[in-house]
Amino acid sequence: MKITLDRDRCISAGRCAYAAPTVFDQDDDGVVVLLDTDPGEDVAHLVEEAQYLCPAMAITTA
Amino acid sequence: MTAAPPYPQKRTCPYQPPEGYAAVEEQGPVLKVTLFDGREAWMITGFQEAREILTHPNLSSQRTHPNFPIVAPRFRSGIARNLALIAMDPPVHDTYRRFLNPHFSLRSARTMRKDIEEVVKGYVDDILDQGPPADLIPALAVPLPSLIICKHLGVPYADHDFFQEASGRVMLGTEEDSVAGGQALVDYLDRLTHDQIANPTDGLLGTLVRERVQTGEMNHDELVSIALVLLIAAHETTSSSLALGLITLLEHPDQWARLQADISGLPRAIEEILRYVATTDLVATRVAKGDIEIGGHTIKAGEGVLVSGTIANRDEANHADPHTFDIGRPDTHHLTFGFGIHQCLGQNLARLQIEIALEALITRIPTLRLAKPVSELPILGSGTVQRVLSLPVEW
Repeated sequence: MKITLDRDRCISAGRCAYAAPTVFDQDDDGVVVLLDTDPGEDVAHLVEEAQYLCPAMAITTA
Repeated sequence: MTAAPPYPQKRTCPYQPPEGYAAVEEQGPVLKVTLFDGREAWMITGFQEAREILTHPNLSSQRTHPNFPIVAPRFRSGIARNLALIAMDPPVHDTYRRFLNPHFSLRSARTMRKDIEEVVKGYVDDILDQGPPADLIPALAVPLPSLIICKHLGVPYADHDFFQEASGRVMLGTEEDSVAGGQALVDYLDRLTHDQIANPTDGLLGTLVRERVQTGEMNHDELVSIALVLLIAAHETTSSSLALGLITLLEHPDQWARLQADISGLPRAIEEILRYVATTDLVATRVAKGDIEIGGHTIKAGEGVLVSGTIANRDEANHADPHTFDIGRPDTHHLTFGFGIHQCLGQNLARLQIEIALEALITRIPTLRLAKPVSELPILGSGTVQRVLSLPVEW
């Protein structure tokens, strides 16, 4: 699954890092960073949850 | 055309919607409601519609707009209409938010875990030493968030009685109270900011002086307004969510027992608590700055918009059995912290405090129970933070 982040939209809510901690983290500015550029099917539901929870709609998946 | 029902209404049970909200929900997911001052505003009660509108570019937080919906007299005050972040739109909102985000991220909150655990341990030690019975409002729910935000900001905790009282007046008092409480806080923070700019200390205010004031990105008055909103927002909301969450758990002994059997379910249980109690009742007050198409209606530019967390969190179109409190439910999604760019800055810190406090109570006082029926607990708050004034328990 391919994930695209819009770091300018990120408001550092941290819902992504909470929902899918192996895929998303936050840098020192609190902005989302991708830990896993090609996450497997086993965590796909967690990535979808992260995308749904993101209040700034900064995560897109394909 | 059906008459626009009144909103907000007072709860009779601190964690349940007022009976009158059934009539509001019936006309949803998008309807008009009547405010206390007789004006009308749009109300969003549908969960999906709420997500949609809270991310709509035509929604504005400018509280100085003449048509901005005022849900209680205290929100007429100049201070309430000019709150940093909360009453701002981009681009200024986003600039301020970026200054603060590093200090409220999930990561940042987690670095405070040890401090919070230590503070909670001290309060629970005292509760066990001095009781039963105990009143968990003064013994835990009020002082915990106060102490933690003071530590985080670098505000002297010795002054906590003063700003607990003052922020309570801003959030819950009459219009006069709100103005006086807000001004007292501003005067206090004005002096404190002068001191921090002269000699920045370790807390967030000193850090913002070093990171943003000394660089010329922020001035004295801006730092005062940010400190004000952080203090006000941190006090009532976390305190009430903890208290209302605990009452809800104690009123559902089967759910309390599930957590005793497996405390690892607590983070999910907290999401269900947040969904169920919807502490702030309203999750957004806004005004449309352009037309908005939503749920088959057109909200015109200049019309007021409200979002009910109490109703949207229990939307049958989105949650199965929405009125059942179930800490194991697969879908604990809620709007209690809002949605969109204004979603609560302090949510990670709030969750962590609630988690640590509830874990301590569940594991250290397993026989905890309410000492009075929930119907006898004095409650306060309509349209904003729902609050119980006392929480008597025994064990």
